[in-house]
Amino acid sequence: MKYVLAVLVENKPGVLARVAGLFSRRGFNIESLAVGRTLDRSLSRMTLEVDADEKTLEQVVKQLNKLINVLKISNLTLEPSVNRELVLIKVRADAVNRSEIQQIAETFRAKIVDVSLQSLIIEVTGNEEKIEAITLLLAHYGILEVARTGKIALLRGSKTTKNGGI
Amino acid sequence: MRLTGARMVLEALRLEKADLVFGYPGGAVLPLYDQLYDAQVRHIMSRHEQGAIHAADGYSRASGRPGIVFATSGPGATNLVTGIATAYMDSVPMVIFTGQVATPMIGTDAFQEADITGITLPITKHNYLVKDVHELPRIIKEAFYIATTGRCGPVLIDLPRDIQAAEADFRYPQEVFIPGYNPTYQGHPGQIARAAKLLSRARKPVIYAGGGVVYSGAHGELLELAESTGIPVTTTLMGLSGFPGGHDLALGMLGMHGTYWANMAVNDADLLLAVGARFDDRVTGKVSRFAPGAKIIHIDIDPAEIGKNVRVDIPIVGDVRLVLSELLKKTAKADTAVWLEQITEWRRAAPLHYCQDPEGELCPQYVIEKLYEETGGAALITTEVGQHQMWTAQYYRFNHPRSFASSGGLGTMGYGFPASLGMQAARPTELVFCIAGDGSFQMNIQELATAVGYRLPVKVAIINNQYLGMVRQWQQMFYRSRYSSVELQQGPDFVKVAEAYGALGLRAQKPSEVGPALRRAIETDGPVVIDFRVRPEENVFPMVPPGSAINEMIRGESK
Ligand SMILES: Cc1ncc(C[n+]2csc(CCOP(=O)(O)OP(=O)(O)O)c2C)c(N)n1
Ligand SMILES: [Mg+2]
Repeated sequence: MKYVLAVLVENKPGVLARVAGLFSRRGFNIESLAVGRTLDRSLSRMTLEVDADEKTLEQVVKQLNKLINVLKISNLTLEPSVNRELVLIKVRADAVNRSEIQQIAETFRAKIVDVSLQSLIIEVTGNEEKIEAITLLLAHYGILEVARTGKIALLRGSKTTKNGGI
Repeated sequence: MRLTGARMVLEALRLEKADLVFGYPGGAVLPLYDQLYDAQVRHIMSRHEQGAIHAADGYSRASGRPGIVFATSGPGATNLVTGIATAYMDSVPMVIFTGQVATPMIGTDAFQEADITGITLPITKHNYLVKDVHELPRIIKEAFYIATTGRCGPVLIDLPRDIQAAEADFRYPQEVFIPGYNPTYQGHPGQIARAAKLLSRARKPVIYAGGGVVYSGAHGELLELAESTGIPVTTTLMGLSGFPGGHDLALGMLGMHGTYWANMAVNDADLLLAVGARFDDRVTGKVSRFAPGAKIIHIDIDPAEIGKNVRVDIPIVGDVRLVLSELLKKTAKADTAVWLEQITEWRRAAPLHYCQDPEGELCPQYVIEKLYEETGGAALITTEVGQHQMWTAQYYRFNHPRSFASSGGLGTMGYGFPASLGMQAARPTELVFCIAGDGSFQMNIQELATAVGYRLPVKVAIINNQYLGMVRQWQQMFYRSRYSSVELQQGPDFVKVAEAYGALGLRAQKPSEVGPALRRAIETDGPVVIDFRVRPEENVFPMVPPGSAINEMIRGESK
């Protein structure tokens, strides 16, 4: 099963290496990883997507907790949360099918952010199903390249996963 | 007070009440070693950085205080790696200072640059690369705190040369503030109550005690628990000195080379109380068939150990000593008479055995038994890794906590001899023996110079079987006796080696020579090496073959 973890870490050099190293060394799989600073500049938030069984997940969380620079881990998987990923898709497009592709983009509320004679770049934001659906459709025209940010997530409502209310 | 970074290290060591540093100098730690020149703290220079770090490890295991190591950048630092990993696997507290090239040079492949914080990431509890001398006091304070609290372990501080020379105000913090680090010491009272209830109802309970008992100082509580409930105790290699080996309730070691009756008891138990142990594969054998009928209570300070290898019915996270003392208040005598009788039957059916012909070849087990007799079980013992290590675990009865040091988790050949020097330095008035293999001893044999130079009167008992015996045993048993690269017949002559270093060298080849050689060694003031020439192809039994459950032991050749 896929789990989404929000991990609050100290914003120090080497912390990403500690987390990534832990995963590879213990044979845990990271599906996606997104890192950015929080409002408090001394902290970063990592959103990790992990494909694991329940027992492995328990180990992942416990081992992460042992890292001195890790402050807090929240499992967002089973909580109501907003999950998003931003994806840039470069798709083959010519004069004949360009408007067709534009229509698909519109339907998905995606943006065309670059146009050339042979291609378009489409920027799409959404959850996994949405991204999968548009990717499937665009594949029909020929996808040239894809770049993804990895998933980020926040709990719904006023509840937070922050550390001590920052 | 304005101090240089190097001076700060020495000041911090003084404030941490460190009395001894093990290390080896080099270009990137010249400022540190200059400070050592007239410092109060003693420094023991090894002959190889690996020797220094294992010595610091032995010092820590014997004293309970953190081991402290200095080494230079690059090769000095990388020579520590095996020792750091050894300490990490066995949860030994250490603070290690390595030199590093100057900060502007970092990342340029400068002379003697190695990314030691990167290299040691997976084998330290935490590590630091110091980039600003103002942060150094806080970092050292944190390093000591992290190394010596919770589940202990090595912490490394990488000190660039310019940081050692730079000056800043020195104020050593009284407190640490590490928001991401908060070990749990008190066990959950509800869980402890549930555990007590299970213990009182059990008919076939066994206590399985590991290194956590020794490290937390819980030997007294463990003994009281065993005696007040009547529950027998088996220990891991790491837990050997945590419960008196000669006690009626002592089952000896369990696992791959455990006693027959300990393994049978665990296999048949209805309740297993795991105390500061981590269900290592050398203990469990085939893990899916480990203690199949038992409910499991697991007490450990590291929450990540609980549920890692086996399912646990009652997890209790906390300091072993604190949890046991709470548990003691709630437990009563269990009805174990029938169970103890059953265990005695197993013990009678398959005792540890070997056969010493008084005129024949010397048996390694006999040497260990004699060593136990001659020392009255009061010596501090280290071992190297191999058959001699397992025979020590089987035949030497440890009665005092922190009287035994062996590389349990990593199985590091070359650990035992330098570790014995550290033990001796920590407890100068006590008798220290290193029980070594002829192979392992040669991995850090150069430390004989350290022993002689610093008058560390350690006695090395080489169980010389002229083989990498443990590997030979596996080749014999599982690879049709195709002995591949395990012969050590070419020597060296260990007596001459000892003499060349200025130590006393002795040899014993016959059973009748064992006692006198041991007595002579014990009476000698300085370091002694005894070359015990033992039967080359003796094997360690019982043995749980790899992949088998622990009740499926090979009990050995009957003689
Ligand atoms: C550094 C290291 N290298 C290799 C091994 C693998 N190994 C385990 S036991 C052993 C043989 C040890 O021989 P010796 O020290 O003579 O002890 P014996 O088994 O003969 O008692 C070897 C090579 C190890 N444990 N450590
Ligand atoms: Mg040998």
